[in-house]
Amino acid sequence: MSYQPIKFYQTGTFTVGNRLLDESDRSVQATATRENSLNSGHRACQGCGEALGARYAIDAAMAASNRQLIAANATGCLEVFSTPYPETSWQIPWIHSLFGNAPAVATGIAAAVKIKGRTDVRVVAQGGDGSTTDIGFGCLSGMFERNDDVLYICYDNEAYMNTGVQRSSATPPAARTATTMALGKSPGNVFGQGKNLPQIAMAHNIPYVATATVADLHDLEHKVTTAMGIHGARYIHILVPCPLGWGSPSNDTIKLARLAKETGLFPVYEALDGEVTSVSKIRKHMPVEEYLKLQRRFAHLFGKNPATETIARIQAMADKNIRKFGLLGEGVKS
Amino acid sequence: MTLKQIEGSHGVAETIALCRPEVICAYPISPQTHIVEGLGEMVKEGLLNAEFINVESEFAAMSVAIGSSAAGARTYTATASQGLLFMAEAVYNAAGLGLPIVMTVANRAIGAPINIWNDHSDSMSQRDCGWIQLFAETNQEAMDLHIQAFKLAEELSLPVMVCMDGFILTHAYERLDVPTQQQVDAFLPPFEPRQVLDPLRPVSIGAMVGPEAYTEVRYLAHVKQLQALYLLPEIAADFKQVFGRIAGGLIRPYQTEGADTVVIALGSVLGTIKDVVDEMQEAGHKIGVLGITSFRPFPLEAIREALKGATRIIVLEKCFAVGVGGIVATNVRMAVDGTGQRVLTIVAGLGGRAITKTSLNAIFLDAMADKLKALTFMDMNHSVVDRVLEHERTVRRSGPIAESVLRDIGVVASNIA
Amino acid sequence: MNKPFAITLDVGSSLANLTGSWRTSRPVYLDRLPPCNNACPAGENIQGWLFHAESGDYQAAWRELVKNNPLPAVMGRVCYHPCESSCNRGQFDAAVGINSVERFLGDEAIKMGWKFDAPLPATGKKILIVGAGPSGLSAAYHLARLGHQVTICDAGPYAGGMMRFGIPKYRLPREILDAEIQRILDLGVTLKLNTKIDNILDSMKSGGFDATFLAVGAHIGKRTYIPAGAAAKVMDAVSVLRSMEGEELPMLGRRVVVYGGGNTALDVARTAKRLGATEAMIVYRRTREKMPAHDFEVEEALQEGILIKWLSTIKNVSDQGSITIEKMQLDEKGFPQATGEFETLESDSLVLALGQDVDLSLLNDVPGMEIKDGVVQVSPNMMTGHPGIFAGGDMVPSERTVTVGVGHGKKAARHIDAWLKGENYVAAPKHELAAYEKLNPWYYTDAPKTVLPMLDELRRQSTFEEVLGGLDESNALFEARRCMSCGNCFECDNCYGVCPDNAVIKLGYGKRFKFNYDYCKGCGICVSECPCGAIKMELEQI
Repeated sequence: MSYQPIKFYQTGTFTVGNRLLDESDRSVQATATRENSLNSGHRACQGCGEALGARYAIDAAMAASNRQLIAANATGCLEVFSTPYPETSWQIPWIHSLFGNAPAVATGIAAAVKIKGRTDVRVVAQGGDGSTTDIGFGCLSGMFERNDDVLYICYDNEAYMNTGVQRSSATPPAARTATTMALGKSPGNVFGQGKNLPQIAMAHNIPYVATATVADLHDLEHKVTTAMGIHGARYIHILVPCPLGWGSPSNDTIKLARLAKETGLFPVYEALDGEVTSVSKIRKHMPVEEYLKLQRRFAHLFGKNPATETIARIQAMADKNIRKFGLLGEGVKS
Repeated sequence: MTLKQIEGSHGVAETIALCRPEVICAYPISPQTHIVEGLGEMVKEGLLNAEFINVESEFAAMSVAIGSSAAGARTYTATASQGLLFMAEAVYNAAGLGLPIVMTVANRAIGAPINIWNDHSDSMSQRDCGWIQLFAETNQEAMDLHIQAFKLAEELSLPVMVCMDGFILTHAYERLDVPTQQQVDAFLPPFEPRQVLDPLRPVSIGAMVGPEAYTEVRYLAHVKQLQALYLLPEIAADFKQVFGRIAGGLIRPYQTEGADTVVIALGSVLGTIKDVVDEMQEAGHKIGVLGITSFRPFPLEAIREALKGATRIIVLEKCFAVGVGGIVATNVRMAVDGTGQRVLTIVAGLGGRAITKTSLNAIFLDAMADKLKALTFMDMNHSVVDRVLEHERTVRRSGPIAESVLRDIGVVASNIA
Repeated sequence: MNKPFAITLDVGSSLANLTGSWRTSRPVYLDRLPPCNNACPAGENIQGWLFHAESGDYQAAWRELVKNNPLPAVMGRVCYHPCESSCNRGQFDAAVGINSVERFLGDEAIKMGWKFDAPLPATGKKILIVGAGPSGLSAAYHLARLGHQVTICDAGPYAGGMMRFGIPKYRLPREILDAEIQRILDLGVTLKLNTKIDNILDSMKSGGFDATFLAVGAHIGKRTYIPAGAAAKVMDAVSVLRSMEGEELPMLGRRVVVYGGGNTALDVARTAKRLGATEAMIVYRRTREKMPAHDFEVEEALQEGILIKWLSTIKNVSDQGSITIEKMQLDEKGFPQATGEFETLESDSLVLALGQDVDLSLLNDVPGMEIKDGVVQVSPNMMTGHPGIFAGGDMVPSERTVTVGVGHGKKAARHIDAWLKGENYVAAPKHELAAYEKLNPWYYTDAPKTVLPMLDELRRQSTFEEVLGGLDESNALFEARRCMSCGNCFECDNCYGVCPDNAVIKLGYGKRFKFNYDYCKGCGICVSECPCGAIKMELEQI
């Protein structure tokens, strides 16, 4: 999915901006006047995908809401690195309450906004995969089920990074974490576990569900903007690589997000009222090894005796996604 | 004045509605359920303009309340027992963030063993959470305290818990004075939040505070809560002006003039105690009563002053701290620190066990005869306890205590006379 | 608002936390040398003019182009575009059609009547240029723009040198050539035709010239000894092509054999075909792979029906025109060796296209001149052994192409200018090369090269109409935008967008970006995600 109306062959539709494009057609991130909702001086690690994803998403939401935005934030890296006393990096009205209650706090804000007749003010809630898929899942499901007027954004880095890289229900199979050690007969996280939250969100029949990555800004911004144009419960699940937890070079953050999508391991799509309405096709189909081998959390799969069987199982997961969502389409290079 | 014959819960619901809450979170748990049901009915009927949210848990209820209060809406919820514990993390959080939420706790015991009946274990478990805790003696006071609670909460930007005894008050039908909207409006101004999530003036609420400032933050929370010690009497006085009756304040001395023994208690049991004390005074005993309305902040000075003439202080409480003893009593001891006054603890009414005049009369006489130990469990069946303890000494796999008690008694505990 | 202490904070206050102190290495912007620029013999800033063309500002693109080369419409037709062979896009899909965009810009300039920028104030220095070919015209242009008074003398009746007398019309229409020459003359350059310089020192002295640039070219066709009957018609390629510009067309007959394997051989054969030859055949001693001519020209010639006899040498020509050919075979080192097998071809004429020599007679008695292998030796600043006499183009050791000649002219002009001021011109140091590995090609959309329209084959065999058509505006824009801007920022905003710390400052259109090292943590994402390789990491000096 590309939403840049004019195709520039020099840079295609994939760069952040383009000097040849009308200001109004450029990405929010390309504008000199962008909000920087999450400002400099935050304490995220070098190359943090979550810091990037949060600024992408919240800046887009700010643009879409004409700067009338309030955010509720779950405990986690994003909260800790953005608001340690005495400094906050946020430029927007923002509240952090607890690890497991961001969706409910947002429901409360939305209720307050509604009863006060502030129809222009919009509400987002955000958290990492731990708060979203695990501890805050009850509140999230409740918020979905009531169709509260909240856009919930999950920044998925596939483990509890803030506490030192422990497994969450979003941790992929075979990944090494502090609680799924790369030891024993089947090192890393086990197969056959975990939650697919975008699909669970869709099962709530909420008006809008989408996945995105920090590697495709235009797609991400389009989804946030679309979500902001809808009322009711909305969910966007953004893959945000974590150099610390994934054991990857800090400069590979976007590359890894891109590979996650291009291998098929992370399907990028959107769904309206519980039905998939569009998928982001794979542009350059890659085997999963290309993605896995860049990350130390999968290092035990490679080396002298590669775990070919495990890699094949992961490849099968990617292939299943490709089949299920029809990720391979016209013009795909392989 | 028009009196209505209604259930206590209903009275509270009607009163809350008059306070014009903007967001109400509802999650069912006995015995508070009738209150939120009443409010839901009014919202659904269009009599009350509020967002009534059926949340999925007490944790969510308090979390939604945190959000709506932070966004500047007057917010109310109610809970009890397990519900209060389930929301505990958010309860502390609301206080830490200084959000003026008002919550009714329909006091009830905590499991295991699960028990739906009244005692004060639930709200007492949250005594250190930073909320202001007010205890209602009657349903009328429960209603009146809620009106005052909103005023106090919003003045201090602190959450207030109004504790009323489950079933004993919540489910009791009586003639109650439901104030008029005009009266409530005259007393309670619209909510002007101290801090609010507002796109026009953005702030970050809920920062992470490290060792460099955490002590100061906690101390300031303490100082802020202590301000209620001055505000509560003022608000009670204002309340009397508008509504013409006494409600609230810090403490409520009853017949303490010349009393060398003073019984201290919280909540509805004060009524029974007063009856017993009246009778005992008639019989010539120098005994008085001190009701505590504000348990948090704990009015140390006022209590010390009120107890000046007493030589013996009996704290009768519907809760206790396992492993230590009385909770209220411990606080009272701080109030009389250095005076040499003896403080006895009587634990009574746990899990809904009836507190009878007969038992009270007997135990007070024992106390006055210096026959009571520092900690006494009123009306406890010692033979059952002894048998269970003996059983446990002899049988390795003795099973849970609660089970063995019931097995031994063969009856529902509350029916033991 | 009476905010609670410590728990509620004022927005944006983290700016007080300078995270730049975490950094162990820092990103820095740099300009790398695009391979096209690196490969251009005329030293064009190709990427620079494509940049303007991408935004549709063709005049700005043309002005950038003519900073280095005053003949874009010519070059857009005759240059063998080594820029395209080295274009990084070739490794992605197909090289950018740089040459066709250049031609478009040159044609657009002629159509719109664009003039060069006015020269700098007059210096009062007089410079004589000998030869009005690509090298001489290029030098004249550059020197004139620098404010010098330039006179070009050429022995021929028209200006253009080999562009006119060596390149057939079907590759370079003459009105194009004339228009671009006239634009140079319009700068105030004096052109004296039919003026052969016999003694350069005399001419300089009598004309009061301060310096001279010699670019007489190589117009003498090389002969090789082939026994031929007295009546046999044997000509040299240069003469044939030159006579195409005169009033009398060369009489080549119906069967024409061309001997040689360079581009000139093809030009002659294709010209013969257009003049009515039923059979135009090239005889070459090696194979197609070894042929010096450009393969696309071989292909075009074959399409037009030119026959090529590979691995063949001509032994003799009879009076009747019978040509005896000996078959050759390549040895292990790739050299042709005689086989002793012979065959005979019938022909009306034989044209020798075996290269050209330089007429160096004007240098007789000039002290300090060094002549080697029939060409004048020059120092790196293009000056001959005689001070004030510079030389370039085909008469100095070089690859003999129009583009090289134009490059020589520019280079010589700069050195002459410096020499006149008593200075030494030092070219700016070259940037490191923007190799393909430095790019992140993900960001470039797939876009195949635009194929230029070709004249249909029948008409190519009978007329001198231009074979290759030009781009129109829309596909010129498309082609320009295929440029990947290797090594140089084109303001795609990627670095600005992908920085997790907002540590990139956007300076505005045309001004690029700068890093805010107060906050840059040195993660390097900007370097990895820069499409064109215009950022690199440097270790911090701690």
